[in-house]
Amino acid sequence: MDLKDLYRDVIVDHNRSPRNFRKIADANSSQEGFNPLCGDKLTVYLKLDGEKISDLSFEGSGCAISVASASLMTERLKGKTRAEALELFGEMHTLLTSSAAPADTESLGKLAALSGVREYPSRVKCASLCWHTLKGALEYQHAPISTE
Amino acid sequence: MSKPSQRMQGSAAFDPLRWRRDFPIFKQKVNGKPLVYLDNANTSQKPQVVIDALSSYYSTINANVHRGTHRLSELATAAYESAREKARGFINAGSTREIVFVRGTTEAINLVAQSYGRSMFKPGDEIILSEMEHHSNIVPWQLAAAQTGAVLKVIPITDAGELEPGAYEKLFSPRTRFLALGYVSNALGTINPVKEMIAFAHARGVPVLIDGAQAVPHMPVDVSDLDCDFFAFSSHKMYGPTGIGVLYGKQALLEAMPPWQGGGDMIRTVRFTGTTYNELPYKFEAGTPNIADVVGMGAAIDYLSEIGLSAIQAHEHELLGYATEQLASVRDIKLVGTARYKASVLSFVMEGIHAHDLGTIVDQDGVAIRTGHHCAMPVMERFRIAATARASFGLYNTREDVDMLVAALHKAHEVFR
Repeated sequence: MDLKDLYRDVIVDHNRSPRNFRKIADANSSQEGFNPLCGDKLTVYLKLDGEKISDLSFEGSGCAISVASASLMTERLKGKTRAEALELFGEMHTLLTSSAAPADTESLGKLAALSGVREYPSRVKCASLCWHTLKGALEYQHAPISTE
Repeated sequence: MSKPSQRMQGSAAFDPLRWRRDFPIFKQKVNGKPLVYLDNANTSQKPQVVIDALSSYYSTINANVHRGTHRLSELATAAYESAREKARGFINAGSTREIVFVRGTTEAINLVAQSYGRSMFKPGDEIILSEMEHHSNIVPWQLAAAQTGAVLKVIPITDAGELEPGAYEKLFSPRTRFLALGYVSNALGTINPVKEMIAFAHARGVPVLIDGAQAVPHMPVDVSDLDCDFFAFSSHKMYGPTGIGVLYGKQALLEAMPPWQGGGDMIRTVRFTGTTYNELPYKFEAGTPNIADVVGMGAAIDYLSEIGLSAIQAHEHELLGYATEQLASVRDIKLVGTARYKASVLSFVMEGIHAHDLGTIVDQDGVAIRTGHHCAMPVMERFRIAATARASFGLYNTREDVDMLVAALHKAHEVFR
């Protein structure tokens, strides 16, 4: 396994300059996520216009995988519907945890760069934290999301 | 790379490669590379003599202890009790009655917190511990405090990771009832001046527990000289099996303490009208003990005695100095924990690269380090960091291991360039 399969250019780039790394003042929902194992911590802010995600952002600190995953997530889901977001949550879950790479990752676009994480079991939670946190925000949960 | 003359100096007195051959795990490759194991503060590797002791116990004398009249039971009991004598000698306790076998340091501290603490602490009583404690020397006291109304007082630490000078003494009050303190910090490597601190506490009638988990693999320990009231350590960090450890307690204290767990072996007579308890140390060893791992720990103690803790200490001290120097030369590395007296542990962060990423990157080169909060979240909070990377050394580590780590860390810069 080459390190470049894990730390692909798009991941390094999104870690260095995370997109939508800010608070949304008038968010309808926000959710904290925490990985007690490594200390990764983030907050996802969600602005819904009916069923449509009109704005999505995050703040926090974590490793390159967790920051890039969150950055890519916000970039991808702005303008999408709640249902589309939940569907993508499922696809990402499969991408990160299934034993073999999905045959077709084209629909995932840039997010497919996270597929290398599958080879590093201890890093799967880094990549999935923001997705679980987003799900919490979409479902208006209030208790912080934990990976444990 | 180090100068050849320095290398020879390091190996003249002590040859880690001679001992490394005793550890079969180093025969295999990790990620296609020779294993560079720098996670010894987490758990150490096991020499063949320890593995053989486990296998031999199960192959030849397995039986329950203190129960049978048959031959195997007698042999198993003799092996179990002879390991107790080895553990006694290892820390220079006065009597084997003061050596209680437990699952590890965590269970030892929980035993004292629940048996001694819960029966002795009253509302408003004060327990002193330090900001650099491992969670296992914090949470048991929080539980006992919640059960009794006692409160915790915390000795703060400095930017270097040392106990703040003068702060300890100031925490004492007429309500101080206990001191629980780590000998060596697992997250920072700091060696605390426990002997002086114990004397200060005793002058005020306060008993002391020392968490010795990170001390026993790295330096000679003498509980009679320290005069601590309790001393806890684990086998798995000192080249022995997992799941076994020792609580040392002064006999008078252990005798006065109520049992913690009830069951077989810890009783003398059981009637529904009342039960009488066995003598020390069996009062605190309810149920069939972890006999095989006790025997394995005995083998680890023999192995360490053969090498000599002072020789190991000198070797690791030299290695820590070299590693500190080498790591400081890596761009963007900042050491966390720069105490004057340190053992075995090098915690660090790299500007712009998360510890978790560092751990994965160096692992690709076969270098095993720990990353995270090291079960010492208050330490991380103190230094306002989420996690550190930690290299920790054992008797089999060499300057070449350090060079491998440093080379792997340079790669991190390339990955995130």
